[in-house]
Amino acid sequence: MRPLFFLLQKEFRQIFRDKGFIGRLFIAPAIQLILLPLAANYTIKNINIAIVDHDHSEVSAKLTQKILSSGYFKLAGFTDFNSKGEKLIETDKADIVLEIPEGFDKNLIKEGNQTMAIEVNAINGVKASVGYAYLNGIIMEYNQDIRLEWNDPNNPGQLPTIPVISSFWYNPALTYYIFMVPAILVSLVTGIAGLSAAFNIVKEKEIGTIEQINVTPIKKYQFILGKLLPFVVMGAVVFTFGMLIALVGYRIVPVGNIFLLYLFLLVFLFAILGFGLLVSTYAETQQQANSLMFLFMMVFNMMSGLYTPIDSMPVWAKFITHLFPVSYFIDVMRMVVIKGSGIGDVRMHILYVFTIGLVLNTWAILNYRKTT
Amino acid sequence: MKQLLSFVKKEFLQVLRDPKTLLMLFGLPVVQIVLFGFALTNELKNANIVVVDNAKDYASEQIINKIEGSKFFSVKKTLLTPSQINNAFKEGTIKLAVVFPANFYTDLLHLGTAPVQVIADASDPNTAVQLSGYITTIVADYQADLSKGSSVPYSIIPQVRMLYNPDLKGAPNFVPGVMAMVLLLVCVMMTSVSIVREKELGTMEILLVSPVKPLMVIVAKAIPYLILSLVNLAAILLLSVYALDLPIKGSLFLLVAESTLLIITALSLGLLISTITSSQQSAMFASMLGMMLPTMLLSGYMFPIENMPIVLQVISNIVPAKWYYIIVKAVMLKGLGFSYVWKETVILMGMTIFFLVIALRNFKIRLE
Repeated sequence: MRPLFFLLQKEFRQIFRDKGFIGRLFIAPAIQLILLPLAANYTIKNINIAIVDHDHSEVSAKLTQKILSSGYFKLAGFTDFNSKGEKLIETDKADIVLEIPEGFDKNLIKEGNQTMAIEVNAINGVKASVGYAYLNGIIMEYNQDIRLEWNDPNNPGQLPTIPVISSFWYNPALTYYIFMVPAILVSLVTGIAGLSAAFNIVKEKEIGTIEQINVTPIKKYQFILGKLLPFVVMGAVVFTFGMLIALVGYRIVPVGNIFLLYLFLLVFLFAILGFGLLVSTYAETQQQANSLMFLFMMVFNMMSGLYTPIDSMPVWAKFITHLFPVSYFIDVMRMVVIKGSGIGDVRMHILYVFTIGLVLNTWAILNYRKTT
Repeated sequence: MKQLLSFVKKEFLQVLRDPKTLLMLFGLPVVQIVLFGFALTNELKNANIVVVDNAKDYASEQIINKIEGSKFFSVKKTLLTPSQINNAFKEGTIKLAVVFPANFYTDLLHLGTAPVQVIADASDPNTAVQLSGYITTIVADYQADLSKGSSVPYSIIPQVRMLYNPDLKGAPNFVPGVMAMVLLLVCVMMTSVSIVREKELGTMEILLVSPVKPLMVIVAKAIPYLILSLVNLAAILLLSVYALDLPIKGSLFLLVAESTLLIITALSLGLLISTITSSQQSAMFASMLGMMLPTMLLSGYMFPIENMPIVLQVISNIVPAKWYYIIVKAVMLKGLGFSYVWKETVILMGMTIFFLVIALRNFKIRLE
């Protein structure tokens, strides 16, 4: 065990001597944790709507009023001409154009119905469908108002109604950052710990100091362990720092047990550092390690459920996702921090990530050659 | 000219000799297109939900049939108490519960109204809102069925047209963003790192004492990455047209010209970064923090800019990718011509000139 102790001593000294590194360790997480949740807001509001009003009646004015007072829409333009509405959509000034046809209220009374054209800029499919759903809801509601107002009082024509009462548990205000901050913290720990681990051995290779270690009597597993442990400590420090930012900046207090989070963090670091070490046994230069890690990190992040739900993925993509440790940790963070899930709820997550870690580390040890 | 060519050749050889880096250069766009095109979507399908039917009558069963028929849900019917629902949420096995009260149909007939309760796991707020929205629509649909017998007067019938992307796919939104990402990544990061590397290894000295003008050294550095980026651009466009069925509606020439402009912007930025950093690690860090993060966050392709705080909206204006993203959407997806994007083009050109001027001022032809 003594060689391991000496290696650890060396690693910690190197880490503490690199002032720029320590700075990056704290600056990058702080910037990301403050910026990302502000930017990554998928709540759909402020939809720009242009209204082409050919009618200019009381009815069309009331409908316009109702749409704008709903809080979801901003008026991007109010015009008499179809061409102007189209132009607004082409130049991205408007997301939706609503056309109120001439004789709107007269037709409604005379014919009993009236169509209304709606054009939606659907390049962003989610925004388009949610925006249209809001608009449709408002029009339907308005339609109901008209009926109540115009109907013959002797024939109320009341239809049975089924109100849907929705309750949103754990996050009744539907705040988006509560969902994002815990997951962003995971991607940060992954980035910092994984990248540093990958760079570490490669740097020794590039500078040539790896030769000196190779001629010492240190065992392969001791070497890997000695490279692993400092980054476990570093990962835990970054994680704690991030949890503090979440607490102070976003008032996010974990509902579940904080020790469960740290337990999972340890298992997770074991796996992700194993991956970093594995990459470093393959790469020869820092640029290579950087390129490889960048590619993998991007795939990890994209597929981890951080931005888009895993449930919506096709089967093959779900399968790949389950090979990555990152998606498990993001899931666990959200479960424990927001819902207060216990160890029983996440036991399978722990088991999977531990297995992945075992495979990656064994692979890294086997692939590390003391001789060239 | 001959000198320049031999320098370009040297740079090319250096790039081509490093297969692991090349793997990333070409793997990245392919992986991104495949992921965004086929795997990543916000569209919800087969969400696991539970229906708690305390009524078990005609109306509740009709509604449940409709829910089961929808592609959005995969339904399990069990009688759960609220605390059991809570446990299921904590395990993460279900996303939503629909609860029908006892005597649902009788109440509906006699009182004229009967509520349906929807409980959603809002730890993921958008999914919760969308799923409960789908249930609301299904219930409203059933309500409309009920009243089919009697004629409904004064109906407003919305006729919607989804422009540019009628199937509401995710790809049209992402592909222009991926193009911006990849072009910037290749040019900014690779250029800056490759110049700084010469500094770090000391070979910059050799280049500077050679008879080639220092400006030509830089031009020779930029040319291979310019060509690689154009190859990447072609790969992305081919993939998006043939694999994702996303046709280029506007002029291909205009699209390529605008992309070349972005590449030159990125090359100038890479050059700028290389003049102010001295080690590969810090050049990488500067490219990541100065380029990748703003591009991911503030160009509008991952996150809607209009939802951000005003400060970020203002900052987003200095991100080149934002303007390129607007241009590509207009040309590629909407099929608009140059007259619609000249303003954005001028802004990109202005940025390029700005970066170039600063970079050339900072570029030292002498060693420290």
